[in-house]
This record gives sequence, C-alpha cells and structure tokens, in this order.
Amino acid sequence: MSNSTSALLRPRFRFVKDGTRIKFMRGRFLGLAVSAFLSAASVGLFFYPGLSLGIDFKGGIVVEARTQGPADFAKIRAGLAAQHVTNAGLQRFGSADDVLIRLDAPAGKDAGSEAATQSLVDKVRAGVSQAQPGTQILRADAVGASVSSELFRNGLLALGISLLMILAYIWFRFEWEFAVSAVATLVLDITKTIGFLAITRFEFDLVMVAAILTVLGYSTNDKVVVYDRVRENLRKYRTMPLRELIDLSINETLNRTLGTSSTVFLAALPLALFGGHTLAGFAWVMLFGIVVGTSSSIFIAAPILLLLGEKRLRRDAQKPAPPRAKAK
Amino acid sequence: MMYYSRLKMGSVLAVCLIGLLLCLPNVFRMPGANLPWRQIHLGLDLRGGSYLLMRVDLDTLARGRLETLTDGVRQSLLKAGLGYRNLVADPKLGAVTFTPRSPAEHDRDLAILADLPAATPNEFAISTLADGRIAVTLSPGALRTRASDAVAQSIEIVRRRIDATGAVDPEITRQGDDRIVVQLPGISDPNRIKQLLGTTAKMTFHLVAEGVSPGGAAPPGVDMLPMQDDPKQLVPVMHHVDVDGADLTNARAGQDNQSGQWAIDFTLDSVGTRQFAEVTRDNLGKPFAIVLDNKVITAPVIRGVIPSGNGQITGNYTAQSATDLALLLRAGALPAPLEVIEQRSIGPTLGADSIRAGAISLGIGFLLVVGFMAVFYGLFGWYANLALVANLILIVAVLSLFQATLTLPGMAGMLLTLGMAVDANILINERIREEVQRGRTPLAAMQAGFERATSTIVDSNATALLAHVMLFVFGTGPVRGFALTITIGIVTTLFTTLLLSRMLMVRWYATTRPTILPV
Repeated sequence: MSNSTSALLRPRFRFVKDGTRIKFMRGRFLGLAVSAFLSAASVGLFFYPGLSLGIDFKGGIVVEARTQGPADFAKIRAGLAAQHVTNAGLQRFGSADDVLIRLDAPAGKDAGSEAATQSLVDKVRAGVSQAQPGTQILRADAVGASVSSELFRNGLLALGISLLMILAYIWFRFEWEFAVSAVATLVLDITKTIGFLAITRFEFDLVMVAAILTVLGYSTNDKVVVYDRVRENLRKYRTMPLRELIDLSINETLNRTLGTSSTVFLAALPLALFGGHTLAGFAWVMLFGIVVGTSSSIFIAAPILLLLGEKRLRRDAQKPAPPRAKAK
Repeated sequence: MMYYSRLKMGSVLAVCLIGLLLCLPNVFRMPGANLPWRQIHLGLDLRGGSYLLMRVDLDTLARGRLETLTDGVRQSLLKAGLGYRNLVADPKLGAVTFTPRSPAEHDRDLAILADLPAATPNEFAISTLADGRIAVTLSPGALRTRASDAVAQSIEIVRRRIDATGAVDPEITRQGDDRIVVQLPGISDPNRIKQLLGTTAKMTFHLVAEGVSPGGAAPPGVDMLPMQDDPKQLVPVMHHVDVDGADLTNARAGQDNQSGQWAIDFTLDSVGTRQFAEVTRDNLGKPFAIVLDNKVITAPVIRGVIPSGNGQITGNYTAQSATDLALLLRAGALPAPLEVIEQRSIGPTLGADSIRAGAISLGIGFLLVVGFMAVFYGLFGWYANLALVANLILIVAVLSLFQATLTLPGMAGMLLTLGMAVDANILINERIREEVQRGRTPLAAMQAGFERATSTIVDSNATALLAHVMLFVFGTGPVRGFALTITIGIVTTLFTTLLLSRMLMVRWYATTRPTILPV
C-alpha cells in the first residue's frame, strides 16, 4: 500500500481467512436432515397451535388506547359491557397505560354483517372512553369479512407468483437445476418462517407477508451469488468433481455471504429494538429470515444442487468448450 | 471500465446534485410561487387520520331499477287499459314478468311495452316465456354501465359531502368495480363522516294510498313504510314517485318560527316546483308523504296549491342533525347505499410515536452499516458509505418527485435497502481482493473485480426486484409503501454502486496510482 494511505483506511477484520476450505458438502445430508426436520416441525406447528392471524386476514377489530394512569382492565371490561360488548380480548403492550382491545368479527345472527363489524368499533371507542375518562384512542381498525378474505388471497397470490417468477428468472439465467434447488430451498425457508411465527405468536398479517417476501428476495439474492460462482467455476475447472467445486465456490464467496448478511442484519436490528410494536414482529421475522436464508444457501441450496446436478452439470462441462467462453 | 470521461463523471455528479435539490422541498418552504415544489406525503399511519373502504351496494341499485321498471310496466299497461296478473320483479332473472289478462291481449301488450322509456338504448329486452308470461329483462351490459356510473356518481357525492365538513386534504379514489377509498388525514375519529356517508339521503314525495288499512298486506304498487319518529307506525305510500327530492336547489337548517324546533327548509328547482304545484293542485285534501331513505318523515294533508317549491322538514332534529341532513340534501342523494367494509384510524399520538421510532431506527441502522463497512473494508468501505448517503438522497428524491406516500413500513423499507445496498460494494471488494491474490496488478485486479461483479450484482438485484414488484401489485395501504420504497431503492442502488462508488474508486486509483490496494 502506498505510504500516503493511512492505516485507518485498511480493512480491520475479515470473517474467514483467505484460502479457507471448509468441506461443507460433507455435512450435506446432515444439513438436509436438520432442515427437513425443522420444516416438518413447522408444518406441524402451522396446524397446531396454528398461526395467530391478524385482523387483516381474519377480520374483526383492534383498538389501541392510552389511558390516563395505568389501564384498569376490570373497569374497561365493565365499560365495554355497558356497550354490550363482550368477549373482548384485552392486552397490555408497551407501557402500563397502553391497552390493546381485540374482538373477532361478530358471530351468531350478525355473522358476516359488515355493518355489525363496523359499528362494533364505535361501541368499543365509547366503552373505553367511559371506563377511564381522558383515554386517548391511538388506533382503531375494523376489517370486514369480505375484505379480510380478499387480503388473504392477495397475500398468498403475491407469495406464489413471486416464487414462480424467481423460478423463471433463475432458470433463464442459469440451468434448471439451479432454479429448482433455489425454489425448493425458498419453500423450506418459508415453512420455517411460518414455524417461527407459530412459536412467537407474532400476528400474521399483511406486514408479515411483506417481511416474508423481503426475506425471500434477500435469500434468493444470497443463493444467486453462490450459484453465480458455481457457474463460473464450472467453466473454469473443467475436471473438478461437482462436490469439490461447490465447496470451493461456497468458500470463495463466504466472506461476501457473511458480510452482506451482517449489514442487512445490522440494518434490521434497530427496527426490532426501537421500531415500536407495529414493526417489531416484522423486524424479528426479518432477522430470523436473514439467518435462515444465509445458512440455507450453504446447507440446503448447495446440497440440493449437488444432488440434482452431480451427473448432468458435469457431463455438460466435459463437452469441448466453446473457444474462450469467458464468464461474464 | 477503468476510465470515466469528463462527461460521464459530470453526469453522475449531476444526478446526485439534482437528487439533492429534489430533496429540498421536504425541508424548506417554497420560496417562490411557480417552482415545482414536490414533497413526500406522510402516510396516515405517520400523520394520523382515517382510512375508510366502502362498498357501493350495487345489488340494491339493480333491485331499485327493477322496481322502477315494474312501476313503469304497470303504469303503461294501465294507461292502455290492458290487464295483467302476477306482475312481479324477479331479481334472479333480472326481469319483470307478468301474465296477460287473456292471450288475445298478448300482442297489444308487446306493442305497448315496446314504447316503454329506457334509460339507455337497448336497456331491456321483451320476450315471451314458454308458459305464456311476458318478461321484460334488463340487459347485463346496461346494468354494468349503470353500476359503473353509480360508482362514479357516488364518488362525486362523497367528495361534496366530505368537502362540506371542512376536512383537510381528503383523498377519494375508486378501487375495483364497486369500492371507494376515502382517506382523511388528521381525522382520527371518523364517526361523523361515517354517518354522513352511510346515509343515502334520498328524498322523495309520494301520495298516500287511500283505503289501505295500516295493519294489512300492501296491495301492488303500495309500500308500507315506517314513520321516522315512530317506526312501529306504518304508512301505506304509493310506490310511484310524484316529485323527486334530487331536484332541489337549496336546503338549510333553521328553527321553526312557531315551535322553535330545528327543521330543514328546502327549495325545489323549476322542474320540481312545477311537479309539486301540479300534484298539490290535483290532489287537494289528500295526504302527501315526504319520504327520506324509505322512512316517512311527515304525511300532511294538502290544504292548497303550493306554487313556490318551498318546503320544510320537521322532526326530532338537533342543531347538528338538522345541519347534517341539510348538508346531505344539498350534496345530493347517493345512487346506491354505501357500506363501510374496512376502517383504520390512527390518532396523532401514535403517528408521532411512529415517526420517532422510524427515525431512530433509521439513524442507528445507518450508523451500524456505515461502521461495519468502515471496519471491514477500509477506504473502499468509506467510498461505499459515500454511495450509501447518495443512495438515501436519491430514494428521498424519487419519492418526492412522485409525491409518494411515506409510511412506517416504507421507512423500514428504506433501512433494509441501505443494508442491502452495500452488498454490491462487498461483492466488488471481495472480487478485487481475490484478483489481487491471484497476483494481478492493482489496475488489472480492479478492472476484473468490477467486470465480474457486475453480472452478479444485476442478477441478485433483479430477483429481489421481482419479489417487491409483486408485493406492490398485490399489497394494499402501508405495505405498498414498503414495496415502493424498496423497489425505488433497488434502482438507486444499482446507480450508486455501479456508477458512483466505482467512479470514486477509479478516481482514487487515477490520482494516487497505488502499488498495493487497500483490500
């Protein structure tokens, strides 16, 4: 380095030393087995206890109120009962003054009635204000049944179409083995995220779909970088067995993989800690997804690629190469 | 790859400068009158306010048209002296059906019905059913046009009603076939507006059917409607509308001179005034009902001809409810009932809390990423950080240019974009480092690093872009804001990393000609 550049401007740390050669593919069956187990367990959690659906997808009402002085649940319940509102779920969030009131869409003779759902929110407003005078309503949402089913459908549609487009894009830019192993891995990632939601009881709503899609985008990004190196090495080392070649590619990109995961992780961390309860669930899912997405690039996507491509990708590579087809 | 022409450098810097200028409207007041001073809007979740999603009840609209058609068929048959049996509106068929009095009258019936006034050309078709009944069927196309017009008209009336309340910056937009979105910044309790919009305010004047006992079943062409002040009392009202309250020119709340009660005084327009005069002249001594949204307000006996077109509605009104009703009558009746199907309101406190939480997270996240890049990548990391600042400026600039709405998830999107943006710099740096270790000269290593990393960067960003475009297409509300900021962020990231930070590194190389690279 030229003497004019001060020591401050040199890099200080690296995650792994140059020339690191960890044999990741040795653990491929273990990785797949652990992933399969976690995903299967997540699917189990999806059915029992299941996701806690937010009002976006379930319909119903949510009111957040800030009382003057600590929230008195007994008083609030009485206030609600005076408005003929029963079955309200009360929950403290944030400080002792903040109370969250949750109600399902009306059942019985009013089931499916939009007007009944919408008038419920006014009753709750009135009930809380009477129970503890000076109460501020921070937020009051009411989602009718027709809207919630539509939002749910659109959410799933967005997820499904994204997966298909990612499949098509990777197929177009790489080979089908890459596309299939990437999407299979993404599906495994998503199931684990669902399991995470089921355990943590974060509400599954539109914002969560956004979080999952972001994780999906990030995770794909991560796999594309490894695949890109695999593709380049396939052309460069024409006789190297695919297993070694994938190991080499992962090792070569390891610093980048860990570096980018860290920056995205660092960016999402303050959201989880200081973003307020509206975004906390979103941010924790992001953090979980970053860890899962990064590890799945190495332990899931690469082994699946190895299984799918062991014969085919190498056979292609052994054909006479076109003159100086350079990786670009 | 390693050469930037003056023009190219100038362009890159110019884009950054323009970006900076575009950000200014968010910080400063408009200095002159005619400047394009475009700002980012704060979403309702940040500034507080209400969001109402409403559905226009098109079923009722179709049923209403069928009823007036039934009325029309009855009137024209009666006028021609033709008889009928079982004249009914069949909502399932979308048709009015009846059986002619005798088969001999069948052809005359068809001839009379051919002259039935249609709202639009070919609005309905007349046919004979297998069992001899005659059917007047509304065409689906005409119904669709009517529905579409009704939604457009509803939006207009909703706007007039909301404007009359003095709400600031309301946004009223159509969504899908039968929905209207109303956004009301600053109004955290939308109750009054909900009530205003939930009232159809359809005022009509009908003759009261004579000789019908209030307890019995209603004969054809007569509706049993409840009194507004006493819903148990039913009044037999002719279905035929004699005067339509839509024809009024003014309505205002006032106090009745004699009783001191609140009342609404209205004035009909010239058409309404003429009809009103005719009806009162022809029906002296008979009761005449004022009907508002299928409730009878009053049914006084006509004592004399009323030529002026002035009238008064009295009832149990308060100052507020009388003012509201006058407002509704002035703004006009909704063509079909509106039903709220989703409402979200956010108080100003939560909005302020959210802005603070978002800003704190954004600040800390930014510092963490900048710190990471400085420690792990040294000088080139600092260039990446400069590009990051430019990136943030450009995102804000593009959002301002589009006058986009910033939501709390949108702020999260910005933060995540910052975390992802440095990925491109990390890829380039790692690549350069590899090339150095393969023994290349600094120049060759940088060149190879840029070249090889580019396709990786494009591929990885393209897939992320796909996911978020989907989210924008299928998402609603604040989530759309998130998808929008990330999508914009991906584009600005490509610019700042592929052009700006690379330019900085190339300039650094050109001026210092180092023998060793700081990688």
